[in-house]
Amino acid sequence: MQLEKDVKITNKLGIHVRPASRIADTANKFKSKITFIKDGFEVNARSIIELLTLAAGQNTAIKIKSEGEDAEAALQAIVNLIESNFEEKNNGNKKRDRGFTGD
Amino acid sequence: MEIKKGIAVSPGISVARAFILDSEEYRIPLRYIDAKDIGKEITRYEDAIHLSVKELDNIRKRFARRLGEDAAPIVEAHMKMLQDEHVKAQVIENIKKNKYSPEYAISRVLRRYTKALYSAHDTFFTNRIQDINDIERRLLKNLLEERREELGDLKEPVILVAHDLSPTQTITLDRSKIKGFVTDVGGKTSHTAIIARMQGIPAVVGLNSISLDVSGGDTIIIDGNSGLVIIDPDEETIKKYSAMGKSYVVFEKKLIQELKGQPAVTKDGHKVTLFANVELPQEVPLALKYGAEGIGLFRTEFLYNTPQRAPTEREHFDVYKKIAVQSRDRQIVIRTMDLGADKIQVGGGNKEKNPFLGCRAIRFSLLNPDSFRTQLRAILRASEYGYISLMFPMISSLSELRDAKEILEDVKDKLTQDKIPFNQKLKVGIMIEVPSAAMIADLLIKEVDFFSIGTNDLIQYALAVDRGNECVASLYQPAHPAVLRLIKSVIDEGARHHKNVAMCGEMSGDWVYTILLLGLGLKTFSMSPIVIPEVKKIIRSVTMVEAKKISAKAMASQNAQETADFLKEYTSRIVPQFS
Repeated sequence: MQLEKDVKITNKLGIHVRPASRIADTANKFKSKITFIKDGFEVNARSIIELLTLAAGQNTAIKIKSEGEDAEAALQAIVNLIESNFEEKNNGNKKRDRGFTGD
Repeated sequence: MEIKKGIAVSPGISVARAFILDSEEYRIPLRYIDAKDIGKEITRYEDAIHLSVKELDNIRKRFARRLGEDAAPIVEAHMKMLQDEHVKAQVIENIKKNKYSPEYAISRVLRRYTKALYSAHDTFFTNRIQDINDIERRLLKNLLEERREELGDLKEPVILVAHDLSPTQTITLDRSKIKGFVTDVGGKTSHTAIIARMQGIPAVVGLNSISLDVSGGDTIIIDGNSGLVIIDPDEETIKKYSAMGKSYVVFEKKLIQELKGQPAVTKDGHKVTLFANVELPQEVPLALKYGAEGIGLFRTEFLYNTPQRAPTEREHFDVYKKIAVQSRDRQIVIRTMDLGADKIQVGGGNKEKNPFLGCRAIRFSLLNPDSFRTQLRAILRASEYGYISLMFPMISSLSELRDAKEILEDVKDKLTQDKIPFNQKLKVGIMIEVPSAAMIADLLIKEVDFFSIGTNDLIQYALAVDRGNECVASLYQPAHPAVLRLIKSVIDEGARHHKNVAMCGEMSGDWVYTILLLGLGLKTFSMSPIVIPEVKKIIRSVTMVEAKKISAKAMASQNAQETADFLKEYTSRIVPQFS
């Protein structure tokens, strides 16, 4: 089975080290091959390092491809993770107008 | 094969393996392994991963409290990056398929990622290069534990590749093993450039991302004459450059030999003076060896390398006295401090938005009269021991010159009061490097003993071009009609008032412009010591009549590139060694 979904990265810092590690952890729980695509550039979601090289900051549009027997569950888990802003505290779009602290 | 163009800062040609100083800190000793060792090498790689992860785990436990909530996940992320299965698979495939050593395979695989990150426009992500470099360093350290090679004991010649070289790094180098310097950043006056020129080692700087493009152990060619660096050259290119390198060395040696003790005089008997620009006192003997008749520009910035405090009078004096004694009766032109507020914190430097148009050089000195007086006092005292002259940098108006001279007179009075001897006839000159100064040369010349044209800044300010900026670097044209007119008017004003006009910018050491400047009436050329023989050779190969004709033609030209091409072509014709 092969599925695709377009998502937007909404957390403040985008796919930085910790979110990349969360994504890779999640991807590794499934058998399906999960690919992140940004502007035609494809990376393997099991690899933290590859995810980082996407340089996907806030508001980046990403296409997620999931291929394999558990493609649907895997895709859903990844999408949930992204939509929850990686469960980071005070990091989402909603809180943005409280002030951007920067790095 | 890949060719990169940077700024040539020290001439010569070398072919050697790359030693990357940045993320590796140690060299990858072996690129290929025997087929029979593949299994063993993969185990070694896996052991290194386990060891690295364990180290990080220990750090995490030991510093749990100090790391805090934010940093602990970073350490965990590094641990996961080390165990990244996807990366691991690629490294193992490289070991199996290409018979790369694990060290080399890691370097290759990770370098691809750092390169991808390097081109990301978001600085947050480009900064992640450090995370990858960090795990690479840890892995390599654990892999190389026993066979690690320190930079201090290199076994074969290498070309050093780095983002930038710090003074401390260059101190520990075994220079006999370094065949070239190649860096991402820097310019003609960067530390790397200075060290390279002093040692006669070719160097190319300002290559932007060379430290990411090259892997340790790659063969590279450095051409310090043209500013080219060739990565992974083919056999034919290696042969060609090795031959060029040898003939360059021979050519240089022959030139020095041939011109030793010969004056810089045209075929029809017009004598000019060739001086050296010197950055460090240790360069003075080298300058004399290359045939310098004196030091046309003694930079004093190195004295200000401790940002927290200005140098003491004693520190200044010891250096000036030493070079005065070394050069005996030869003239030494000491330029007062030429740093910007961006480089020096003495007196509380603020961060400037535009340091090149900011508080630098004489402007800084006039605003910090105490440290300025200290330097002037030391120069005056040292003038007792040799033929020292004094030069103010970056003068842009008559009032600035008068202010500086007033302080100089004050310092002289004080010395007289204290009965400390100095040369009463000390000559005082100024750099002409701001277009406004060039345009009021007629006013300035009456109040000084000499001019020295600083072409680097003059061109940059006149054409509004930062040549370190890739997008506009090609607009930096010494032969631009505006630049030539400024230079000519300054030389003419000097002649009208019977005062000497020197040039100490790069243009005066660039053989392309030698005949032009000669024809314009320049009497004193000051340049990097190593190019003196080339310039002298050209001067001895032309007549003044010819040079005047050539310069008239250049002055009439409307196009900088055409002028430069024409000058190059003409010079190569009369001195065939140049091309």
